Amino acid sequence: MVSDARGPAVKIGVESLTVSFSGKPSLRDVTLDIPSHEILSIIGPANSGKTTFLKTLNRLIDFIPTSRVTGRVLLDGRDVREDDDPVSLRRQVGIIFALPVPLPTTVFENVVYGLRRQGKNGKKELDALAEKALTDAYLWDEIKDRLDEQAMKLSGGQQQRLCIARTLAVDPQVILFDEPCSALDPISTAKIEEAMLKLKKNYTIVLVTNNTKQAARVGDRTAFFLMGSLVEMGLTSRMFTSPRDKRTDDYISGRFG
Amino acid sequence: MNMNPRVTQRIAFSALLFSTLLVMVPVGMVIVVILKQGAGAISWEFLSQMPRSGMRAGGILPAIVGTFCLVLGAVCFALPLGLLAAIYLSEYSKDTFLNRIVRLAIINLAGVPSVVFGLFGLALFVNFFGFGASILSGSLTLGIMILPVIITSSREAIDSVPQSFREVSLSLGATKLQTIRHAVLPHALPGILTGTILGVGRAAGETAPILFTVAAFYLPRLPGSIFDQVMALPYHLYVLSTQVPNVDSGIRYGTALVLLVIVLLMNAIAIAIRAHFRSKKKW
Repeated sequence: MVSDARGPAVKIGVESLTVSFSGKPSLRDVTLDIPSHEILSIIGPANSGKTTFLKTLNRLIDFIPTSRVTGRVLLDGRDVREDDDPVSLRRQVGIIFALPVPLPTTVFENVVYGLRRQGKNGKKELDALAEKALTDAYLWDEIKDRLDEQAMKLSGGQQQRLCIARTLAVDPQVILFDEPCSALDPISTAKIEEAMLKLKKNYTIVLVTNNTKQAARVGDRTAFFLMGSLVEMGLTSRMFTSPRDKRTDDYISGRFG
Repeated sequence: MNMNPRVTQRIAFSALLFSTLLVMVPVGMVIVVILKQGAGAISWEFLSQMPRSGMRAGGILPAIVGTFCLVLGAVCFALPLGLLAAIYLSEYSKDTFLNRIVRLAIINLAGVPSVVFGLFGLALFVNFFGFGASILSGSLTLGIMILPVIITSSREAIDSVPQSFREVSLSLGATKLQTIRHAVLPHALPGILTGTILGVGRAAGETAPILFTVAAFYLPRLPGSIFDQVMALPYHLYVLSTQVPNVDSGIRYGTALVLLVIVLLMNAIAIAIRAHFRSKKKW
């Protein structure tokens, strides 16, 4: 693996992470650091282990019974897999899925879902937190009069920003985006990207994307995964101008994948 | 022999249609016959009064009340138990040997003849637990009989809630139990309800399980506690048809009509609930 010199403070450190499903490896010996308050883009063809990587970071992978994980994932220096209970980890490391999945209830109830599960029920407190989360997700102005509508009625782009607001409401430190724009039109995509760029001031962001142009537009750093291995990681500006590995060059310039 | 494919198709189509229509005939005839013979007996008096003169006159109120008590008791017992079992089987159990045995047991429970449930109820609830022939014994026996219906339909309802709802809930920091309670069960509720009502319809119509556990031959008063015996519609019908000479056939068919209407009503409610929620479902 080729890497640039260490950047700023490390939020998540990944050491020799290997994940297999029913004995079939999906991630092989991945070691990388995710810097604080930056956007790390992860690119790579299908089946290169990108989504598996994300699901390992917040331990959603625990729910796949055939999975086996070795290596370490350190959040602020603490191994996330030491804890018996991943619930507090998932409050710190939120995830946005490829397809927006609003729960079949109102917009408001979607935003406060995570808060209610923490036992917060005060109307005023929830109202304030919901407004803040929706504002941070650039949805408040469009939607402030529609909080009691069914979330499924929103447009695809609004639904995805609702999912972002829902995640922000839990007040995480890290947000994982798993191909968040793959189902969206270019204008909605631009809004999500704009949101991500502003969010990185307060959050650390990992963005898995199939769109190399998107990686180039928003990522501070980019990592290239291939067949479960990390091929190369570095500053986005450098990766896209002078990749050090031939395979990275081939992928970025569209010669395969 | 070479036949014109178009002709072959016509013949096949006609055969299929004919078979389908034939299936409807018995259903229609049952309803028509019962309606025709029983409708005359239905009156407010018939529904609201005690039977008189050895069941040859008067109403069938205690049998109606008895059936409602039994069905209510069966649901109170079978719904919580069946639902909890379904949640465990769908959300928690792994594919182990023991769990495969449990699933097999549930499938087989559905295949046990109802008279066997009756004997089982007699042995366990009436005699061993000493509940006697009572609403409690009868309800528990009926409850066990409808358990497989409730478990199976609840599992189907739970399994049909998209996996993504669970992932979303967990990723927002909900515990597994919270996820089941808030992201799965609310969306499985219509299916659970439908299955329960179908089970209730079945419980209301069965004779054999209540034969030895609760049903009274002739008891012209309303039950006072769950340890009382009661009359019940299906057993009353059996008694009227075979045990009591010279019963006016209007009373027999009237009783059958009431039972039929109750069961069909249950099914209609189940269908209405399903249709209502299916039209609202958006995933």
